[in-house]
Amino acid sequence: MTIAGSPAVATNVGRPLVGGRRFSLDWLGAVPFLVYVGLFLLLPSAIVGLGAFFNADGSFTLDNYAHLSRSYVVKATIDTISLSVVTAVIGAALGGLLSYAIVTGSPNGLLRRLVVSASGVLAQFGGVTLAFAFIASIGPAGFVYLFAQAHGVDYYAHGIWLFELPGLALVYLYFQIPLMVLVFLPALDGIKPQWREAAESLGGNTWHYWRHVAGPILFPSFLGAVLLLFANAFSAYATANALINQGQPVLSQQIGGALSSEVGAVEPGFAKAIAIEMIVIVTIVTILYSLLQRRTARWL
Amino acid sequence: MRNLTRHLGLAVVAIFVTAACGSAGNNASATCTESAVKTATSASACGGMDALVAAAKAEGKLNVIALPRNWANYGAILDGFAAKYSIAITSDNPDGSSQQEVDAVKQLSTTSRAPDVLDVGMAVALVNTNLFASYKVATWGDILDSQKESTGLWFQDYGGFMSIGYDSSKVPTITSIDDLKGSAFRGKVALNGNPKQANAALNGVMMANLAEGGSLDDISKGVAFFHDLKKAGNFVPVQATTATVKNGTTPVVFDWDYLSAEHGTDVPAWKVFVPSNAVLGGYYAQAINKNAPHPAAARLWEEYLYSDEGQNLWLVGGARPVRQAAMEKSGTINKTAAAALPPVKGTPQFLSDAQATTAKNFLVANWDAAIA
Repeated sequence: MTIAGSPAVATNVGRPLVGGRRFSLDWLGAVPFLVYVGLFLLLPSAIVGLGAFFNADGSFTLDNYAHLSRSYVVKATIDTISLSVVTAVIGAALGGLLSYAIVTGSPNGLLRRLVVSASGVLAQFGGVTLAFAFIASIGPAGFVYLFAQAHGVDYYAHGIWLFELPGLALVYLYFQIPLMVLVFLPALDGIKPQWREAAESLGGNTWHYWRHVAGPILFPSFLGAVLLLFANAFSAYATANALINQGQPVLSQQIGGALSSEVGAVEPGFAKAIAIEMIVIVTIVTILYSLLQRRTARWL
Repeated sequence: MRNLTRHLGLAVVAIFVTAACGSAGNNASATCTESAVKTATSASACGGMDALVAAAKAEGKLNVIALPRNWANYGAILDGFAAKYSIAITSDNPDGSSQQEVDAVKQLSTTSRAPDVLDVGMAVALVNTNLFASYKVATWGDILDSQKESTGLWFQDYGGFMSIGYDSSKVPTITSIDDLKGSAFRGKVALNGNPKQANAALNGVMMANLAEGGSLDDISKGVAFFHDLKKAGNFVPVQATTATVKNGTTPVVFDWDYLSAEHGTDVPAWKVFVPSNAVLGGYYAQAINKNAPHPAAARLWEEYLYSDEGQNLWLVGGARPVRQAAMEKSGTINKTAAAALPPVKGTPQFLSDAQATTAKNFLVANWDAAIA
């Protein structure tokens, strides 16, 4: 699970240390960041993108990209996107409500401290441990299911959905909601109670306040959080692999499958092509986000 | 200060020189010389067994890799060899994979830390024969021709048959593979891995294929079987592990019989079934590194493994040694250990390299869709 952040660079470094009038050395401060991005983001992407044009024996080919049209890759693409969208939206909604509940309480209260520290831990809880926790509790042999079954409730009557996409979505929400709390709480903290009082003294009701004041202020950060949650779910691998080992419903699993195989089904070039596909999808989503962001921020 | 550094440097060099002399050894007393043993293709080609033992003892060391002590009884085998010949064994990366063994041979090349001997899966053995030395153990004749490379670059050591292991306290007794389609097995049947990636899982699908009337050349009936199983809601897409078996999520697992039998320690009611119409064998292979830093000890290790003693130790670990049939005939087999193995009736079949490739290609193209 990786969490993509967008490190901010402070360009306002004041007077240049050396130099005359013509050359500003302000950009020097950004060099470490640019080197970092170049070495750890652009260079690997370029290597992967170019590598996908070559066969295992080193000859040029377009096959790897053409193979992206294989039916199981198309299906994995659709499934991964829907899974990421659903868990991002539900996670953001529930996480947002939870953060709101915390913010309305005492700023140093026990509830807040408890939820925030729990979120910090749970947002990083993933992989085999998390998948097995679900298998052992609500899975078909788990104690929760056995208890429910003994009391006449068979929630797997129509199939074991835990090992299908809905199950994967449920498990993802387990780390998506706490992550939302962590990233959305600061935005909620920025809302001043005075604004609500102002809205009320001007004759506005709760709906007016949310529609015209709090909503527009929070929406850009809410949208940013949804994007972060989307990327978080989109890139997850170990959790999905531990829960649904067969069929590889998620794109990151398809990469893993194409990279390692003791029966000889290794297609490194194809794995790289899938990786590029994922990069392209995240780029498109990010562009859509920034367009939307620009629009929603306009009223301010 | 500078003087001190220089003295320290000299001391370090001295230690290295001493160590190097120590490991080079002196085989003057043995008739099997170090230069001869490097290319010796049998014990008799190097002055006979006694000379080989003497040469190996002079080397005094053996490097092995990827041998878990609880896998096929390797713990007892390593201890047995070390005690019998007073040779110190360095066991590297015990949980490594076949590929990692080969990688170590390449990376460590001619250094003294390189593995002397390998125990690898057939897929890895077949494509890396250029790294191996030819050698024929004294009991070479007992190994079937289909289970060895004719010059001795690799030779199969132990293995077993693809089986269906199940918790008999949770599901009814299995007598045929079609039983698995019944409602009693809803959400209970799993494979050990993804067949596009894991050899055990590929063989699991192939075993179902044979049981359903398919052939080694065409795995499609096996894929269709798992497709039906999935449609019936009986297939669990979780990878079967010790944890999922113990916890009951995967009470029915396709796996090698000698691995499956180990679940009996966690699940007392665990049973292993090999369908008589689908006896699919899978064996590992031994190979000697052609750059083995301890060439005599490496060859002696193979002689030990293929002696009655070594073969019976594997058998105690639940693996079927390659000389089992011959030892049953000669009566040197450990009868108690042999009787403890899951019973197998029918003619064993083995996947050839070409057949495995055909099966793999079919799985890559069809598996995900079949069980989606």
